[in-house]
Amino acid sequence: MSILVTHESRVLIQGITGSFGARHARLSLDYGTKVVAGVTPGKGGQIFENQVPIFDTVEEAVRETGATVSAIFVPPPFAADAILEGVGAGLDLVVAITEGIPVIDMMRVKAAMKGSKTRLIGPNCPGLVTPGSGEKSHGGCRIGIAPGYIHKKGTIGVVSRSGTLTYEAVWQLTSRGYGQSTCVGIGGDPINGTSHLEVLQMFNDDPDTEAIIMIGEIGGDAEEEAAAWASEFCKKPIAAFIAGVTAPEGRRMGHAGAIVSGGKGTAAGKIAALKAAGIAVAETPADIADTLIRRLK
Amino acid sequence: MNIHEYQARELFAEFGVATQPGEVAHTAQEARIIADRLAGKIVVKAQIHAGGRGKGTFTSGFKGGVHLCQSPEEAEDVASNMLGQVLVTHQTGPEGKEVSKVFVGSAVDISRELYVAILIDRALSAPVVIASTEGGVEIETVAEKSPEKILRISVNPFLGLMPYQARLIAISLGLTGPLLNQASKLFTNLYRLFIERDCSMVEVNPLVVTKEGTLLALDAKFAFDDNSLFRQPSIWGMRDITEEDPREVEASRHGLNYIGLEGEIACLVNGAGLAMATMDIIQHAGGTPANFLDVGGGATREQVSAAFRIILADSRVKGILVNIFGGIMDCDVIAKGIVEAAKESGLSIPLVVRLEGNNVEAGKKTLAESGLKLESGENILDAAIKIVNAVKKSA
Repeated sequence: MSILVTHESRVLIQGITGSFGARHARLSLDYGTKVVAGVTPGKGGQIFENQVPIFDTVEEAVRETGATVSAIFVPPPFAADAILEGVGAGLDLVVAITEGIPVIDMMRVKAAMKGSKTRLIGPNCPGLVTPGSGEKSHGGCRIGIAPGYIHKKGTIGVVSRSGTLTYEAVWQLTSRGYGQSTCVGIGGDPINGTSHLEVLQMFNDDPDTEAIIMIGEIGGDAEEEAAAWASEFCKKPIAAFIAGVTAPEGRRMGHAGAIVSGGKGTAAGKIAALKAAGIAVAETPADIADTLIRRLK
Repeated sequence: MNIHEYQARELFAEFGVATQPGEVAHTAQEARIIADRLAGKIVVKAQIHAGGRGKGTFTSGFKGGVHLCQSPEEAEDVASNMLGQVLVTHQTGPEGKEVSKVFVGSAVDISRELYVAILIDRALSAPVVIASTEGGVEIETVAEKSPEKILRISVNPFLGLMPYQARLIAISLGLTGPLLNQASKLFTNLYRLFIERDCSMVEVNPLVVTKEGTLLALDAKFAFDDNSLFRQPSIWGMRDITEEDPREVEASRHGLNYIGLEGEIACLVNGAGLAMATMDIIQHAGGTPANFLDVGGGATREQVSAAFRIILADSRVKGILVNIFGGIMDCDVIAKGIVEAAKESGLSIPLVVRLEGNNVEAGKKTLAESGLKLESGENILDAAIKIVNAVKKSA
């Protein structure tokens, strides 16, 4: 098993005809992911690369193809609408890759999603990968922009706010022979759909996940919240890394959500909270996988 | 993005948030004309994007970036001492900021100083209004010493600030009687401004009650959501690039995410999280990071060249660490970009490159055969140690 998606998941891509969406739709197909539909308003009836039917609306795509998951590659001004279209069509999961969505739009999206059955991952995230059992993890479910080949099917769950730092950790695991159950990028924005804590809970309940890597960064208190829960309820070993020890206060470090303000959200505070919860914290980004492996031995 | 105090007042006026009358002046003569028009006691305030102006000192020796003046002539004199001069405050750093504009306003006789702010609460995913009777003091200090004096009210994103909530805030600040209506109108308009202009924070400190019994937003700090600037042309128009680090302005022109720091080792990284982690590991290895620089997921050769130029324009930089995880990008394309940029810039300081990912062997070969004096790092830690040692050796 895995969390959120399996190799059977039927995926649609909102914004499949844009260059960014098209490129990653192609890479997901090449990885063996079941990309069953694309959605671009006004382009319904066309076929993406002679392979994937395009629809005008998410609702129609769901009805015609049985898609249950969406990846959003729509530009920021239209992304909130695209997310809510996915929610309105009753999808199980919407993964918003788009970077740069206005914070007030996301605030309204979250409020509008209350009580719906849809889970949102992101925005401003690399998406998620449940590796497959083929060569270089082929045959898995790749939703978003992560490189598929760095993965390996296995039992480590990975959750992170950062893209390339996730690839770094995943590659360290794979190079050392440790595969992953699912790797989830929850995104670098101040308001996101799914938190560290919620992903930890899913990994905790997933019989095929044996250990967890959690990657955080400065800003907010999602890591502290996850640590407090884990110290009491998480049955599985966790290793963590927090980026931004050297980040100056009051500056946004690339990600909209990565900011220390009023002395809150510092890396030092997060590291202390994680350690207090019994979580092994990697000292450097080069040591993320080894920190977990040491804990497993 | 931040704005000047006088621009904040323009926004207040547009949204009906009561504030002190006044205008911005670019010359001392303009300052006198404005003061003449306002009549009465005048306050002249230097316009820079940094706090602590009142206690600041100009490099000319003139003291204070905020002055109370008795006459238009005095206002002109004070303005002439500020304009074109460099003001140093505890927030500007020792190099200070040049003052090119002053705000000239009617002086206010203050009877009480209060505090109100609106920001987005990340955990609640909703706006919150924060109010305190301790105006003129930093809210962090109040939070530490007397947290019971801080009121927090969360707002439903669809309903907005309800009138009863505005009244609750007013009453918690002791704004009763004739002040209650003034206050609830001010809070309602402030909230409307916050939402309609895509603010990430607006802080009115102090919010004052004058001796005449009027409620005024006397000073304010705004922060805007950078993600929303595409739909806020009037806010974008308030950007003052002379207030920004010129290296950051140049970087943003090339679509690079750069933040200048004080250290010696520059870094060039793809991805924000990895870029932060690279700064951290430089410090871990005993060095000091000179910058944060994220070239993004699909960095082009032109961007890498621009990144090198920006890094090398900083005289503090004694070495460069390039850390790229080329997940989907081809490492060889990146390697060629690095070689070209390094040659173009006539690189004379140590360079360590760590490449990982797609087509990495070809990339490493390109670097090795480039004829450049560079070292390759096996992993991030190895690369960080190599650049720190190389910088120490060359010092």
